[in-house]
This record gives sequence, structure tokens and C-alpha cells, in this order.
Amino acid sequence: MTDIAQIEEGASRSQWWDVWDQFKTHRGALIGAVFFLLLVLVVFLGPYVWTLDYEATNARARNLPPSLEHPFGTDRIGRDFFAQMLKGGQTSLAVGIAAMLLSLFFGTLVGVVAGYYKRLDGILMRFTDLFLALPLLPLLLVIIMLFRDPLRSAFGPETGIFILIVVVIGITSWMQTARIVRGDVLALKEREFVLAARSIGTPNVKMIMRHILPNVLSPIMVSATLGIANAIITESALSFLGLGFPSDFPTWGRLLFDSTDYLQQYPERVILPGLAISLSVLSVNYIGDGLRDALDPRIRGR
Amino acid sequence: MLNYTIRRLLVAIPTLLLISLVIFLLLELAPGDPMANVPLTVPPEVKQQMREALGLGEPLPIRFFKWMTQFFWIEPLNLIDNIFGTGFAEGELRVISWQWRSSVMDVVVQRLPQTLWVVGLSYVLGTLIALPIGIISAYKQYSLFDQLGTFVSMIGFSVPTFFTGVLLIVIFSVNLGWFPSIYDTTHVVSDWSSFVFQLKQMIMPVSVLALYNAAQISRFMRASMLDNLNQDYVRTARAKGLSERVVVLVHVLRNSMIPVVTVIALGVPQVFGGAIITEQVFKVNGLGQMLISAIQANDLPTVQTLTVIFAVLIIVFNLIADILYGILDPRIRYD
Repeated sequence: MTDIAQIEEGASRSQWWDVWDQFKTHRGALIGAVFFLLLVLVVFLGPYVWTLDYEATNARARNLPPSLEHPFGTDRIGRDFFAQMLKGGQTSLAVGIAAMLLSLFFGTLVGVVAGYYKRLDGILMRFTDLFLALPLLPLLLVIIMLFRDPLRSAFGPETGIFILIVVVIGITSWMQTARIVRGDVLALKEREFVLAARSIGTPNVKMIMRHILPNVLSPIMVSATLGIANAIITESALSFLGLGFPSDFPTWGRLLFDSTDYLQQYPERVILPGLAISLSVLSVNYIGDGLRDALDPRIRGR
Repeated sequence: MLNYTIRRLLVAIPTLLLISLVIFLLLELAPGDPMANVPLTVPPEVKQQMREALGLGEPLPIRFFKWMTQFFWIEPLNLIDNIFGTGFAEGELRVISWQWRSSVMDVVVQRLPQTLWVVGLSYVLGTLIALPIGIISAYKQYSLFDQLGTFVSMIGFSVPTFFTGVLLIVIFSVNLGWFPSIYDTTHVVSDWSSFVFQLKQMIMPVSVLALYNAAQISRFMRASMLDNLNQDYVRTARAKGLSERVVVLVHVLRNSMIPVVTVIALGVPQVFGGAIITEQVFKVNGLGQMLISAIQANDLPTVQTLTVIFAVLIIVFNLIADILYGILDPRIRYD
């Protein structure tokens, strides 16, 4: 009796509970996940608690050291640095997440189509190889140089640059996802359940939506975490090179870049944004590491 | 093997052409006009003449063809002329930078040594650090060394180079005053003290890049070693009575190096791209810094040339990686 009860209980558990159990055992991943969630909460809810305006200048309070009133000090025109860090974090994380979603969308689309439709496989994979052979960072810089001004005038300075950076990062980072997804789809297509689904006349679109996509979810999730890390680093690198957001619009990379001129006097203003970027990327990478282990059934349950 | 090499080469050429086309079209179709900075008082006829002088009046395919011949035929000829003192390319039109009013390639040749020294040295150093770390962490999986190594490499590729660079400057230049924060490219090594100075100014940029490269390569090395350590042939080697040293350093290492060598080869062009940031941090006036200044000055020929150079590097090293793979793993050749 107990055996049956156990089996039934085991059967009613979805695989995601197993994944979660395995994920929990990876200490780095768990700490990373908690830290990242905390960071997102602080950055997006923080401005409601910390109500100082990140744009408000104060000529009497320039270059203040950290104090109770200004926990991270103030910058050269007296803006509260903590408020700027919160605002910068919003932009950096938003860019990271949006660019990741875009690159996942492209990558999954190309991967699934290439893996599922044999006729398109060759050409799509050539296309992916072509993208992989592009010099990405130089090209990113060139694209931003060329399209910055038109987009700025079309959507306004902030939205324009946001769209540009998200799109540019998205279309230059989908290739790995596409390759992994294609490989998995190719393997899935030979499985019996796909054959069974086809034999009852499932149309292609439904087949992809109902049978293929749910089964390639795990590599997509791992790519998602790596995608966020990559996008955050790329955005801050662009800002650091002076080709990202305008200077009155803070992001972590931009704050770091602006503060390097005052490196000798106020090193904390360089270290804080740098630390924020590094810690968020580190935590996301750890989440990815844990997810990869948790989603791999060969490792799970050991 | 020759057959395989030729096949790879034949794939590489169309890729290169296609990428050149993409870069060319991107810059052609982009909004933005090289004549935008010409004063409004210049009459339109003169402007038109200037446009034609810059080669902007002709149809697109012709311009692409001209640019390709300039880039892939005339510039290499110039290089040969420079080296052997011949006169093949005399009187031919070269790619001229709008910013420096001289040939782009001449500037590239001036800038290349700085980039090569910093980037090349850091890559070699990074690889040399990474390989033993990867081997030991895989052999002693889950040991303290392995966990420490994994943690350090995780940090190595999570912390962006512009932050490690700035951090090193804060610690070693500002607080301790050991090394100069700015790389002096005009410095000439003539005696012992100037050599020491050169060494001092290279330490920080090289170690920043080396840490980043070592982080990635050591993870690959570890994963590849782990894949091989549990294979049957390893058990056979042990059963034959070979010493542990021979088993690991000869049998396992040789097989694990196959993917790692290609990863190392593929990483070289990425390092050139990534060096853009490090060069900016330490004010090294190499190729990356040249690209940034050309972008800021809207200097299209320079930007085009540099981007294509980076693309050529990627394709050449892809080719090298493919051929190396073919040499190391004969199964690949018969695909």
C-alpha cells in the first residue's frame, strides 16, 4: 500500500519540483537567485522608499562623502548618488532583461524552424554561422554610431537609445541559443511521441507549440540567464565607451564611466557601480550554473 | 588532409565576401552624411564635386567592387612594396582616412604593435595559467582547489574588464603608486631601467586581460578533462600499469586538448575585440582606441577598414581552428 501511495505521490509531482529540489542543493545558485531577486526588488521598489530625486542638483552639497543623509555620497553637481544608482540599476537591469527576451525570441525562432523544417535548415544555419563570424563589439559600436541620432529624434533621447541598445544587443546574441535549440529539436523530432502526435494529424504549428517547445524549455532557460549576464555587461561596456545612454541618464556603466575622471579623489563612486554590475552578473551566472545542473536529468537525484 | 583544408578554405572565402558586404552596406545605408560638416556657404555644385571626389556619386555595386579591390588587392600590394621596396602599387588609390588625411593602413601599421604586445602577451599568459588550473581542477574534482578555481574563474568572467582595470588602477596606481595608470606608447626600451618601466606599465593591462582569458579557457579545459577522465581507454591505460602521471598528462590530456585548442584559436579574434575596452581604460593607443576615435570623428573609411580587419581575423582564426581540429582529430576530416 505504502509503495503505491509513494508512487502516486511521485507521479503527481511535476518535474519542476525535482528541478527545484536539485537547484536548492546548489548553494551558489541559491545565493545568486536570492541576491538577484533582492537586487531587482531594491532597484525597482527602492525609489518609492528612497524618495530623493536622482536628477535634483544641489550646489551646496557637491562631492559629499557617504553619510546618513546620502549613504553613497553626492556627485559633482550635488545629486544623490544612491538615488542615481537605483535609477541606473533600473535601466541596466531593464536593458538586460529586454535584450535577453529579444535574443531568446530570435534564437528560439531560428533554432526551432531550422530544426523542424529540413528545407530551411541549411540556409538558417549558414545565416547563424555568418552572424557568429561577425566582429560583434566593433559592429555594435558602428551600429550605435550610425543609428543613434535618427532614433533619438524619432523616439526621444531616452526611449530611442533604449530601443537601439536592446535591439542591437538582441540581434547580436541569439546565435548560441539558436544552435542549442536546433540540436535539441533535431533529436526530439525522432522521438515516438512526436510520431504519435503526427499520426493523429497534429498540424505543424500546434506540434511546435505543444510538443516541441515545452521540451526545449530547459536549454532556453539556461541561455536566458547567460543572456541577461551578457546583455548587462555589453550595455555597461557600451556606456563605458561613451556610446551608450546620454550622460544625464544614469546606468551603472555610465556612472562608472563618468566617475573615472574623479578616480583619484572619489574612488568609491567608481567602485560602487562596478560592484553592482559585477555582483548582478555573478549572481545571474551562478543561477545559470545551478539551472544547468538542475535541468540535466543525468545529474539530478545524485 | 589537403582536401579537407581546401574545402574549409572554399567555405571561408564566400563568408568573408558576405561579411564585407554586410559591413559595407551597413555603412552605406546608414543615415549620416560625410558632407554634413561642410559649411552651408559652400555652393551645391562644389558640394557635388566633393561628393564625386570622395567616390560617393557612383552606383552601389561599383563602389563595393572598387572598395574591395582597394582593400584586398591594393593594400596588400602596398605592404609588399613597403617590405621589399618594390613599386607594384605606385599611383594606385589607397583607402584614405578622413580624419588623419593619410592612408588608413599606415595608421593601422603604426597602431598594431601596441595592440599585439598587450593583447598577445595577455592571451599567451592567460592560456599558460588556465591549462594547469583546468587540468588540476578536473583531476581533483570537488576538491578545495577545484572549488576555489571555479569560483575565481566565475569571478573572472563575471567582472567586466573595465571594472577590473579601474580597480587595479585605484589599488596599484592611486593608493600604492607602484605602476603608472596610463600606458605610455611613445616609450622606447633602450636600457635596463626603461625596460623595467615598460614592464611596469604593461603589468596591469596584461593581467586584466589575462585574468579574463584564463577564466574562460580554464573552464573549458576542466570540462573537457572531465569528459575524458571517465572514458574506457583511461581505465585500459591504468590497467596496463601505466603511471598515473602518464595516464593523465599523456593519454587524457592529449584527447582533452582537441576541443580546447580550437577554443583557444577561436578566442584570439574575440580578444582583439575585447581589447577595445582595456585599451580605453589604460589609454593604450592601439587598434581599439583607433576604432573608437574614428567612430567619434565619423571617419567612415577607417571604421570600415578596421571592422573588416576584425572580420578577417575572425575568419582566419576560424579556419585555423578548423584545420587544427582536422589535424588533431582525424575523424573530422571525413565528414
